[in-house]
Amino acid sequence: MAADFNWAVGGEAGDGIDSTGKIFAQALSRAGRHVFTSKDFASRIRGGYTAYKVRTSVDKVQSVVDRLDVLIALTPRTIEENLDELHEGSVIIYDGERTTMQDVEIPEGMIGLDVPLKSLAEEAGGAIMRNVVALGAACEVAEFPIENLDSALEKRFKDKGQKLVDNNKEAARAGQSYVADEYDHEFDYDLETTDEDYVLLNGDEAIGMGAIAAGCRFYAGYPITPATDVMTYLTGRIERYGGHVVQAEDELSAINMALGAARGGARAMTATSGPGIDLMTETFGLIATSETPLVICNVMRSGPSTGMPTKQEQGDLNQMLYGGHGEVPRFVLAPTTIDECFWKTVEAFNLAEKYQLPVYLTADLSMAVTEQTFSPETFDMDEVEVDRGNVVDEATIDDHMSESGGFQPHEITDDGISPRAFPGTADGAHMSTGLEHDEQGRRTEDTEMRVAQVDKRNRKVETAREREDWSPREFGDEDADDLVITWGSNEGALAEAVDILDDEGQDVRVLSVPYIFPRPDLSADVEAAETTVVVECNEQGQFADLVEHDVLERVDRVNKYNGVRYKADELAAEIKSTLEAGAEA
Amino acid sequence: MSSDIRFTDFKSDKQPTWCPGCGDFGTMNGMMKALAETGNDPDNTFVVAGIGCSGKIGTYMHSYALHGVHGRALPVGTGVKMARPDIEVMVAGGDGDGYSIGAGHFVHAVRRNVDMTYVVMDNRIYGLTKGQASPTSREDFETSTSPEGPKQPPVNPHALALASGATFIAQSFSSDALRHQEIIQEAIEHDGFGFVNVYSPCVTFNDVDTYDYFRDSLVDLKEADHDPTSREDAKDVILDNEKEHQGVIYKDESSVPYHEQHGVDEDMSVIPDGAPEGATDLVREFY
Repeated sequence: MAADFNWAVGGEAGDGIDSTGKIFAQALSRAGRHVFTSKDFASRIRGGYTAYKVRTSVDKVQSVVDRLDVLIALTPRTIEENLDELHEGSVIIYDGERTTMQDVEIPEGMIGLDVPLKSLAEEAGGAIMRNVVALGAACEVAEFPIENLDSALEKRFKDKGQKLVDNNKEAARAGQSYVADEYDHEFDYDLETTDEDYVLLNGDEAIGMGAIAAGCRFYAGYPITPATDVMTYLTGRIERYGGHVVQAEDELSAINMALGAARGGARAMTATSGPGIDLMTETFGLIATSETPLVICNVMRSGPSTGMPTKQEQGDLNQMLYGGHGEVPRFVLAPTTIDECFWKTVEAFNLAEKYQLPVYLTADLSMAVTEQTFSPETFDMDEVEVDRGNVVDEATIDDHMSESGGFQPHEITDDGISPRAFPGTADGAHMSTGLEHDEQGRRTEDTEMRVAQVDKRNRKVETAREREDWSPREFGDEDADDLVITWGSNEGALAEAVDILDDEGQDVRVLSVPYIFPRPDLSADVEAAETTVVVECNEQGQFADLVEHDVLERVDRVNKYNGVRYKADELAAEIKSTLEAGAEA
Repeated sequence: MSSDIRFTDFKSDKQPTWCPGCGDFGTMNGMMKALAETGNDPDNTFVVAGIGCSGKIGTYMHSYALHGVHGRALPVGTGVKMARPDIEVMVAGGDGDGYSIGAGHFVHAVRRNVDMTYVVMDNRIYGLTKGQASPTSREDFETSTSPEGPKQPPVNPHALALASGATFIAQSFSSDALRHQEIIQEAIEHDGFGFVNVYSPCVTFNDVDTYDYFRDSLVDLKEADHDPTSREDAKDVILDNEKEHQGVIYKDESSVPYHEQHGVDEDMSVIPDGAPEGATDLVREFY
């Protein structure tokens, strides 16, 4: 792998850190270099430390590392926060004329470049461009052709007029020339460019784009970090494809709006984070029981309660698997990479409609706010397939009527999948309800129908297990004795970690699992391994619990769910027949 | 097709389990007649029902319907209408569903002015849970959970609606069948959020807000000196705690419903079997 280069800009929230970092990342991407970005940020609008970090190489990069080569520091704290990542020879670009930076001490062994960012920006047309002056200085240090920065500046500012674009280009050159003229260091960086075309996007954007590609037309949501970007991405874009975004008054409303749109026949979605999932859980059972296809995106952050809203965690797995009263089938998908966020979103919509149930699509903060480069073919729209499942129209509805002539949206079928009729379909009028219901959707407490409907809903899961591919992704050494299993956004870091381990003579086999429920049966893999390690970003090891569960010895089960309590004689008979069946097996 | 539609086509084959004499019978009949009279049929109508005695209406009517979670009927109706501007949406629930657990949604549904009809069957009591105070119960109304009365003023839903920018506010009485149907019909025909609070007496648990009480005290705005297009007149009626009214209290004739304001006019259930045309533009934006 070619040498990677690690760069950051840091300061206070409100310093324009995000857009400065994004411009540099864009410049690198447009120069045909791979980019992987990360953000340090706090849950506040102004003040507090914030940074935007960029790792770049001509080879694919899919993780952050603990190393920083060039740092643009707008505040002394930016240097303090990054001392562990800075190393001997690291370059720190700062503005010694800034009051807070006058007495700043550059750590020993590092190279401080004092560049009058604000003064140079003012000469170019305005102090607001001081960060762009710093970008020009960084280009000089990294030997990165400044024309690529021009291209990114044009993309960023072209809507605001050519004059502004030109001023910014001039500001960048002022920074570049200043470093070239005033400093005589050899920096040894050479950010070469390639002819590759890349697109640069984060996980939330990939999910939003996947939703539009999949034919999602309705989105309702309530802003929450780190899921808000899904909503802001869709706003202004989904309309171009005949859709609409509603900002609801709360998450209770958002999920019910999405439910309504789905009952209307639209592909509908909502996205939120843990605290929003808590509220949406109220409606979850209704979605599942009424067999409504819906995609619920959970971009996880650190909990519980308000927790650490701008920090990473994969702590909601149990919530998604088990949240809600009663027993209701649901699917849980967890894309492991940013490009997979796109494809798993498409898949989530297809699964939701084919099996008529809610699908949790879960990403996490790291993936949501990280931008990564991909070749545009990664998102080949011609590969997108839309499968709406068993939808009836006026010609086919007659096959699904009851004896009394009512449409049967909960028809008992072998595969558990019933027909769906959208409003407006003649003779299809029916009620959907959270009450237990008969095949026509009418309330019932009949013990046999109750059991038939529960079994039917569960049969959809068994059907899906058989019909769909739930495989994990495998990498590392397939013959290694030791197995590492992970899920969600850890895959990128793990892929690079495997290379590091390999260099150190440690072989491991890796399974990265994007399906939490249904999930692949890994028991044979675990049993074959000498040691199995499950890697995840939480304290309790929620996925590890699942893996352990899957390899445990099976017990026999006696269950009753027709709404009537156990009776002593009945229970004795049930236990006896279960034991006898067990003895025979 | 709609010309042959009779109101009984909106009746399901389930017999209501409401108490004999319940106001909800009359409320529902008026809704069904108004739907038929305005040219709708069960296959192009979507009824969203809440939870409570009133919520059972989804079961007793025949149409596309969702019987949802307590208090969230309005958001569901909003979603249906956004996805399907071609479908007639009617939301029905009780005073507990709309003004207690769902009060937050009421304010915002009014603000959005989504083109649907909201019928609240207001009996000033929680009936299905056997007689507790509701948000519209009188201050001194004694119940099992308020032995000396709730000692808090009842919610004034019309005032809440007016303050939230409502474009159609009305009050009807389930027992005055003709006027009730007329008012619901006007709400259906209104371009925007048609809000009708219906006095729908509970004969089992409320011995104060009875048929006799409403019959004796209701003033019909049609026969009074009232201009429904005037917010001032509406305000006077709404804040008059001495009288009970029926009729259209307020109507903004220049109302533009949410979906028109936002340019939503397509049937969202129709999508291609692959990515939509022009989807590759989305990828190019990331260069």
